[in-house]
Amino acid sequence: MTAPGKKTEPLIYEISVTGREGVKMPDCDVPETPLPDELIREEVGLPEVSELQAVRHFVNLSQLNHGIDTGFYPLGSCTMKYNPKVNEDVARLPGFAFLHPLTDDEGAQGALALMHQLQEWLAEISGFTAVSLQPAAGAQGELAGILMIRKYHLDRGDSERKTILIPNSAHGTNPATAAMAGMTVIELPSDDKGNVDLEALRAACAGDNAPTIAGMMITVPSTLGLFDSNILEINRIVHEAGGLMYMDGANMNSLLGIVKPGELGFDVMHYNLHKTFSTPHGGGGPGCGAVGVSETLKPFLPGPIVTIVEDTNDLEDAPLYGLHMPEKSIGRLKAFHGNFGMHNRAYAYIRTYGGDGLREVSRHAVLNANYVRVNLADDYHIPYNRYCAHEFVMEGHFEGVEGVHALDISKRLMDYGIHPPTNYFPLIVHEALLIEPTETEDKATLDEFISAMRKIAEEAKTNPELLTEAPHITPVKRLDEVRAAKQLVLCCRPEFLTAAAQAEG
Amino acid sequence: MSYIPHTDIERQQMLAAVGAPTIEDLFEAVPSSHRFPALDMPGPLSEMEVLAELQSLAEANEHAGDYALFRGAGAYHHYIPSAVNHMLLRGEFYTAYTPYQPEVSQGTLQAIFEYQSMMVQLTGMDAANASHYDGATSLAEAVTVALEVSRHKRTKIVLSPYIHPQYRAVTRTYHQGNDLDFVGDDQARSAAELADLLDDNTAMVAVAYPNFLGQIEDFSALAEKVHSAGALLVVVANPMALALFKSPAAFGADIVVGEGQPLGIPLSFGGPYLGYFACREAYVRKIAGRIVGETVDKDGKRAYVMTLRPREQDIRREKASSNICTNQGLMALAATVYMSLMGKHGLRKAAELCYHKAHYAAKEIAGLPGYEVDESHPFFNEFVVKCPRSVSQINDRLIERGIIGGYDLGRDYAELSNYMLVCVTEMNPRDEIDALVEILKEVGA
Repeated sequence: MTAPGKKTEPLIYEISVTGREGVKMPDCDVPETPLPDELIREEVGLPEVSELQAVRHFVNLSQLNHGIDTGFYPLGSCTMKYNPKVNEDVARLPGFAFLHPLTDDEGAQGALALMHQLQEWLAEISGFTAVSLQPAAGAQGELAGILMIRKYHLDRGDSERKTILIPNSAHGTNPATAAMAGMTVIELPSDDKGNVDLEALRAACAGDNAPTIAGMMITVPSTLGLFDSNILEINRIVHEAGGLMYMDGANMNSLLGIVKPGELGFDVMHYNLHKTFSTPHGGGGPGCGAVGVSETLKPFLPGPIVTIVEDTNDLEDAPLYGLHMPEKSIGRLKAFHGNFGMHNRAYAYIRTYGGDGLREVSRHAVLNANYVRVNLADDYHIPYNRYCAHEFVMEGHFEGVEGVHALDISKRLMDYGIHPPTNYFPLIVHEALLIEPTETEDKATLDEFISAMRKIAEEAKTNPELLTEAPHITPVKRLDEVRAAKQLVLCCRPEFLTAAAQAEG
Repeated sequence: MSYIPHTDIERQQMLAAVGAPTIEDLFEAVPSSHRFPALDMPGPLSEMEVLAELQSLAEANEHAGDYALFRGAGAYHHYIPSAVNHMLLRGEFYTAYTPYQPEVSQGTLQAIFEYQSMMVQLTGMDAANASHYDGATSLAEAVTVALEVSRHKRTKIVLSPYIHPQYRAVTRTYHQGNDLDFVGDDQARSAAELADLLDDNTAMVAVAYPNFLGQIEDFSALAEKVHSAGALLVVVANPMALALFKSPAAFGADIVVGEGQPLGIPLSFGGPYLGYFACREAYVRKIAGRIVGETVDKDGKRAYVMTLRPREQDIRREKASSNICTNQGLMALAATVYMSLMGKHGLRKAAELCYHKAHYAAKEIAGLPGYEVDESHPFFNEFVVKCPRSVSQINDRLIERGIIGGYDLGRDYAELSNYMLVCVTEMNPRDEIDALVEILKEVGA
């Protein structure tokens, strides 16, 4: 939770004092060169604060946040698990932190060896042939995947395939990605078990439609937190139509050592290293959306990727690694080599668990989700109440209680010191609350959550204002979001602050 | 094991509650033929062993902690005040996610608002977003905005050849499905030649400030021509240079993008960095990605929230202009803390140190027999040196003496083989510069 009784903090510009200096820079130790006056600006409107002022300001700001380190964070589809501290130290080792991205390959062998090993491990875990660490986040991994599918068809001389099939339970990034890559989206309905409607899929791939199908994007397990029991059949139908299969790997936290997507017939998937491998979420990134591909798509991977340039027979001797652009690559997605600071954290995370340990991660993530699910089934409507994967979805409303919504339950949870679940997603569930506890939470924490959720269900019936007026103890209460969008204030300008201060003075 | 807290007894209690005999039973929907594959990977390690293994990998690298670094080319080694890292390590910041729930995310939201405010000051634009992945993807997203502004009626994008080569490559990757015409970087060699490519199908022209060769140029004349052709002028700017040089707004830029890494973010072999994006007010509603705005809570207390949300992928789905979701939040925080600590005076001082040291180095190198320094334009902290032999030969000699030399421009520009792009920052004390000059002299002889 946020620090108890915490007050909001003035803007850094509001504590700025004209003429005050922060960090001291060294004196110039070379003869100075005159500046080209016609190109020089007067000054930049940055704050003028002391180091202590800045430190207090940001520490105070931090305390207005809820993070995994401060409390339970069951935000569905985001895998808010514990972020090991040692991984932060790893990323800050001078040999990584001070390594220039354009260092000659010979001078970056440690970093390249690490990236190569991570590519291999991610390929092994997913059952794919090759991996690129280029994408900076899941959405960029998706873009990589769809661009590869596009280029694969074009490379075969087939320019008619422009349709991407996407189930209506998908993350919003899926259709947005397809559109960005110049594709057309056909949305598929789900059946009453939460699986893809097979009849609709067959129809979309039948007859004259088949030659237009570029591929399908599907999340496994689905965004409802369910393993689609028809997954092999789905892959078969799309492949038979000539399309390729993209797996959104946002939910890989339930599949480590459980099943390899490559073996199920998928052609490409992205990982979210910030979710599954706990490189932290950082308040909204940075992430890493590494992509794995089958043999078919290997030549199209975004690059550069790390390859072995010169192998060695001697076990003691390391091979020589180098950066390589795959032969038919869709190109670069980022300058340099991806978010390396996420690669080294993910390496440390995987190395800590080992292969069998990773399977335990998924086993316990799934156990925790099911434990919470069965314990809330009496108080909340759970539309697909069967064994779930690492998360499950329930409906945030109560029969006979008008005016209490998923949003109100979410806001009330804050009063119990718990971060709300994902709400209103997936879109196909009414008043959805998507709950993902992750494997790093112990039974006592889950029991506290269950008890809070039960109390809230009770409060909804006895005293609904407790919910509709919530949260009560947070640093700010519910916000006027309409005003934010209508009267746009997107930055604070020092001159405005000065004017305001003068007006008040 | 590791970070999984369950005891045997708890596992049994939980399974009993779930009604499953074993954890394996929970996976019955996974095709049995593919269930529980072996993972051919090494076994687990203790924290101590993991750290030792990674230390040895880290130490196998030639890095700026051990070597004098004179390489920039899009990634810059600047001093990062100690307090920046201490703030980033606040768990409340780095273990949170996207601030969808503003009541428990005011820390992240206000920090982003302050970040946006500072980027507006640096660039002279009216608004900035919460970040893109890096400078390259910010440029790619600027193309999308320019296309939207032209209502997708224009399809020509003019790129200066002296925008970072990898940014131009990424921009093409992003838009390969969109039937666009990228021109300029294959032929034009000056702002005037870029202007010659303008026509009524041109959506935007992009230039860099300073450009990839380090040169600073007043592009007011270009801006005028771009605007009279009904196109947008996009400027890729190094934010550290903006502490000293006129803002792109002063020359008529419509959108300013770039790499925020110089603002308190370590080199880290190329990422995570910070793509910044700022624009004039007219285009605010077309920006991709997250934007934080000010509002009030129901008691009238000032507060911050993600705003203009209907532009984004989770709401607009296939009609969104970009698929961006997770961005570089923590890196934007790093830049915000950095700019706060350095402040108005410190950032200017750091930029001036870069300028003076780079010019001192340039002057010394220009005096060496066999070397020529390009002085055709003013420059900030990077300059081009024509060398008497290949850049790789020179760099091989430098590395033996503990110096990482400049970037080999021949890798990207055929006409610039034997040309080295040298970068000098406040991190290079005079004795390092003198040593560089001395060795260059020996190698050139």
